[in-house]
Amino acid sequence: MRDTTFKGALSDRTARTFMGVLFGATLLVTLLNQIFPPDSALHVSAYTVTLLGKYLCYALLALALDLVWGYCGILSLGHGAFFALGGYAMGMYLMRQIGDRGVYGNPELPDFMVFLNWQELPWYWHGFDQFWFAALMILLVPGLLAFVFGWLAFRSRVTGVYLSIITQALTYALMLAFFRNELGFGGNNGLTDFKDLLGFSLQSDATRVGLLIATAVALASAFVLCRWITGSKLGRVVLAVRDAESRARFVGYRTEHYKLWVFTVSAILAGLAGALYVPQVGIINPGEFSPLNSIELVVWVAVGGRATLYGAVIGAILVNYGKTVFTGVMPEAWLFALGGLFVAVTVFLPQGIVGLVSQHWERLRKRFVKTGDTDDTPAAQGEHS
Amino acid sequence: MSALDNLRETFRRDQVFDFMRQGTRVVAPGQLDSGAGKNILYLEDITVSFDGFKALNDLTMYIKTGELRCIIGPNGAGKSTMMDVITGKTRPDSGTCFFGQTLDLTRLSETEIATAGIGRKFQKPTVFPEHTAFENLELAMNDAKGTWHSLFTRMSGEQKSWIEETLAQVGLLDDRHKVAGLLSHGQKQWLEIGMVLMQKPQLLLVDEPIAGMTRQEVERTGELLQSLAGKHSVVVVEHDMEFIRSIASTVTVLHQGSVLAEGTMDQVQNDPKVIEVYLGE
Repeated sequence: MRDTTFKGALSDRTARTFMGVLFGATLLVTLLNQIFPPDSALHVSAYTVTLLGKYLCYALLALALDLVWGYCGILSLGHGAFFALGGYAMGMYLMRQIGDRGVYGNPELPDFMVFLNWQELPWYWHGFDQFWFAALMILLVPGLLAFVFGWLAFRSRVTGVYLSIITQALTYALMLAFFRNELGFGGNNGLTDFKDLLGFSLQSDATRVGLLIATAVALASAFVLCRWITGSKLGRVVLAVRDAESRARFVGYRTEHYKLWVFTVSAILAGLAGALYVPQVGIINPGEFSPLNSIELVVWVAVGGRATLYGAVIGAILVNYGKTVFTGVMPEAWLFALGGLFVAVTVFLPQGIVGLVSQHWERLRKRFVKTGDTDDTPAAQGEHS
Repeated sequence: MSALDNLRETFRRDQVFDFMRQGTRVVAPGQLDSGAGKNILYLEDITVSFDGFKALNDLTMYIKTGELRCIIGPNGAGKSTMMDVITGKTRPDSGTCFFGQTLDLTRLSETEIATAGIGRKFQKPTVFPEHTAFENLELAMNDAKGTWHSLFTRMSGEQKSWIEETLAQVGLLDDRHKVAGLLSHGQKQWLEIGMVLMQKPQLLLVDEPIAGMTRQEVERTGELLQSLAGKHSVVVVEHDMEFIRSIASTVTVLHQGSVLAEGTMDQVQNDPKVIEVYLGE
């Protein structure tokens, strides 16, 4: 039986392998970027470093969704909203760091506020010049929204497709709200033109590498956290809620509390992913709230394989790599390819890539074992007759 | 109500007095006041009607502590409705239903009744299909059910051996690491009985336990139910006469919502009323 303490989750084989691969790749990219000069054939460009960092943010987001969808059976089509909220909280901090280096040179107000003739900083922007406050908000805002939303939804026993639809409506409503200039988050341009983070210039290679490493550490920690959660008794209850909710309720568990717990933790992880994403891509705008993003996220997890955690990570990285390549070659066809991929995975690979691989592994192993003892194989029987 | 009626009311029910009713206070399992070990369940003059149809009609029945009681009756005799009344799913129109000396079941909610020590195994087995047999019992275990507790809890050695004891009792010790969805139909039924046992019930209600079982499975189920009697009080609702004959000491025949006959299998089978409505077919 698995050791179900947090320390146990840290030392279990899956988590170790995962961290080994993740840190190995990160270290390799870091070294290739830092050691070799730009004209060397082995040099990895800063673009690639940031691209990898972006993929890891997506992987963290996919991990968060896998926790609610794969383990708890809640298909959230609005997880992009939590990602974007975390991103906005980070963006607000980065905006305040610009100081008087903006186009208008106003030390107090971000450019877009000067442009809109605002006289003073809105109350909800206060505190974001402090990193610790922004960091707190990155976790708190998505978590709180998920808690309130989930409390209302799960208490009323909204489940299945209805829940998916209202999560979709949630992210859509937030998108419309953030598009408005009056809300004070930069309207449809969003927040951009960032200069530095904790005093490090965002343009320098070293900061980009630092951000990649920070993202890798965040992903690894989140992975261990999720392994711990899913390996605990809480994880088993959550799985029971997914498979037979009324039975779990009958046994005495308040299933809505369990769903709410998992949903909130997942939203916090999604917010963290968004916060790491924004300094690497250099912009956050309401487009991140678009329902399409949340649906794409579901495709990543489905492609990778649900309820394995690492499947979601693999799916996110593979699909996004495919997207990078595909949009370079045929940008207009990407959405069709994505849709086709989703249909194909749903029909042919219900367990995703991870399921396919483990199935084949099992079959290969069986064949290998079977050829070991000669008499049982059909070929051997044929020879006898 | 006249003084005489009051007096009758006071003496009518053996040992349960109105002023002794504890209302909704739930007794923790094991603390139930079951009198001097006489009866554990008192059903008196229970009437339940659905749209004028009387599913139960002045049903009066007592279950002794530690006994194994079988309840039979043709379809629509009120067997399931009776179970629903005991577990709080259905409220009777009139009549009283006491668990032990002091717990008025008609005033408690379903969960309160379950925690007070009445476990029910439903007809259709519903286990958690993706969990192993061991985990199924762990989930059903009588323990704190909050989220944070579940996150940090670790199984004590005591709990582990209790689960294993129960697994051995229901005959699933060898299959304890098998996923419940892969168990046979009979094994699922036993697993569910095990899950009910993990809630430490004093009264076990078992709804048609042998439906769809093979002959060997039926035999083992009979042995299992007999082994549970004594430690628990067991009420079995079943159609199969052979099965009932093999396990029951006392049989109650229900007909049209009330008790038609009660006694040993032989007594019941020779009762002319029973022969007329049920066995005579």
